[in-house]
Amino acid sequence: MIERALSADGLSPLHGRRFGWTAQIAFTLVALIVAVTAAGPWIMPFDPDAVDLVQRLQPPGPVHWLGTDHLGRDILSRLIAGAGVSLGSVALAMALILAAGIAIGGAAGVLGGRFDQAIMRTTDIFLTFPTLVLALFMIGMLGTGLTNVILAIALSHWAWYARIVRGIVLSLKHREFVLASHLAGMSRLRVFTKHLLPATLSQLLVLATLDIGHIMLHVSSLSFVGLGVTPPTAEWGVMLNDARQFVWTKPLLMLWPGLALFLSVMAFNLAGDALRDRLDPRLDLGHVH
Amino acid sequence: MAGFILRRLLLLLPMLLAASLIIFLLLRLGPSDPAMDYLRLSRVPPTPQALAEAQTMLGLDRPLAVQYLDWLWKAVRLDFGISYVTQRPVLPSLLHFLPATLQLAGVALVVTLGVSVPLGMWAARHPDRLPDHLVRLIAFIGVSMPNFWLGFLLVLLFSVHLGWLPAMGRGGWSHMVMPAIAISLMSLSINARLLRASMLEVAGQRHVTYARLRGLSERTVERSHVLRNALLPIVTATGMHVGELIGGTLIVESIFSWPGVGRYAISAILNRDYPVIQCFTLLMVTIFVLCNLAVDIAYAWADPRIRLSPEVAHD
Repeated sequence: MIERALSADGLSPLHGRRFGWTAQIAFTLVALIVAVTAAGPWIMPFDPDAVDLVQRLQPPGPVHWLGTDHLGRDILSRLIAGAGVSLGSVALAMALILAAGIAIGGAAGVLGGRFDQAIMRTTDIFLTFPTLVLALFMIGMLGTGLTNVILAIALSHWAWYARIVRGIVLSLKHREFVLASHLAGMSRLRVFTKHLLPATLSQLLVLATLDIGHIMLHVSSLSFVGLGVTPPTAEWGVMLNDARQFVWTKPLLMLWPGLALFLSVMAFNLAGDALRDRLDPRLDLGHVH
Repeated sequence: MAGFILRRLLLLLPMLLAASLIIFLLLRLGPSDPAMDYLRLSRVPPTPQALAEAQTMLGLDRPLAVQYLDWLWKAVRLDFGISYVTQRPVLPSLLHFLPATLQLAGVALVVTLGVSVPLGMWAARHPDRLPDHLVRLIAFIGVSMPNFWLGFLLVLLFSVHLGWLPAMGRGGWSHMVMPAIAISLMSLSINARLLRASMLEVAGQRHVTYARLRGLSERTVERSHVLRNALLPIVTATGMHVGELIGGTLIVESIFSWPGVGRYAISAILNRDYPVIQCFTLLMVTIFVLCNLAVDIAYAWADPRIRLSPEVAHD
């Protein structure tokens, strides 16, 4: 019954167009990035943090494929280790954002009334801040470091998701299948988890995939200016910051981490586009409440 | 129109008040103790007595509501306290750095609009042909490009290799070219795609067909019947982009050693210099909110349906 109700809305993942070749490239790239991240510790040719001052600033060669940095650390190994940090922190931030968005937005949509009003006014306040400024402020409150950057990013993005979940819940709340479930004696929580949540998931999946690249850029730029990951740890933003003093002499140093970041963001953006085209061609961020 | 602007201005007050409450409360309820940070930054050993004195001096021993109202009352009179690090008033220091940031963000906004509109029009004129694919490619690269890396690439090309542009500092127009491109590429990519979609949508509407049937030239149809209507979503999107441009400026400033508020604020965050963080955040929110007000006014000016209907205006 749910399946039929959803497919009538065009929301069901079972209906839709087939993926084109760009989408296939995107999914392959995403799978590759995830695989490299997961296999990281086993495929790294060197210890990413091992300092070797004799081998410092080596050009790419047979031993160090992408060369070494100013402390003689192997760049390829650091790139692989950095993938883990980037992807791990983005996944964690996204999980927090989704959990908060679903819980708060869902509660606002289901309960309605004063509670809904209060939640909406709260999100209004959070949305008066530019996201990066809000993230900076949250780091000011929590302190620097990767954990706090993840928290800060979650705190500065949850309001968007809460509004979107609420909007979807409101649009479905008075539909027959939901009313029927209420009449059948299901509790509000159960109606939400059984009927409303599945309907929001496909849209959330699209949004989350499209936002992963954006959040990745946030994490790296905060690390780049010194507020996130602290220097000995390999992270792409930190590597770029390390490389900045060698722009004039060793420009290759800043090419690799930037390229890794750019390609990862691009892969997730492409995958998000493909998912949107397939799952929900009508989804237009500007028109969601 | 005046009534509309006045209504919108009045709506700003509760928004800013709420933002100030968040800014104040979260910092106070956060995990660290401002008195300890004050002592650390003033290089005073944190003895119990020194801590108690600092708490009294910073007013931390009073009820939270009193502290907030006191801070707010001073903030209204533009007194945001003194920096724990420099021991100088916060607002004048921030205002000293602000013009450089606003200048850069403003130029980036002009670049965003100035480049995205022709690009979007060009793509819409040849849908699914070479120009459209080209613009799509540029846009695709644009939305995935980390602005700080793009900054480096530009320095590498135009300063290191070609020697055409200065790599850092603030000076004439030549200093602004690279940072402005790095900041605006993402927003202009999104805008160009948005305008293309919007123009194609409008072009399929009946009033456009009618304009063509009346024998108007293709140029007139495009300018007065398609573009004017298609620009409305761009105006709305610009409000969102202002936030991204401000954020981008704060990061990109550090690459080009641009003497703006970004570096000052980031060092304050690293030091936990609370008065600076509070003032900086409130300042950025105010600017963001004012820019959005300007966008709303532009929208109402362009679309009479908005300013004449109070329900829509409050949506």
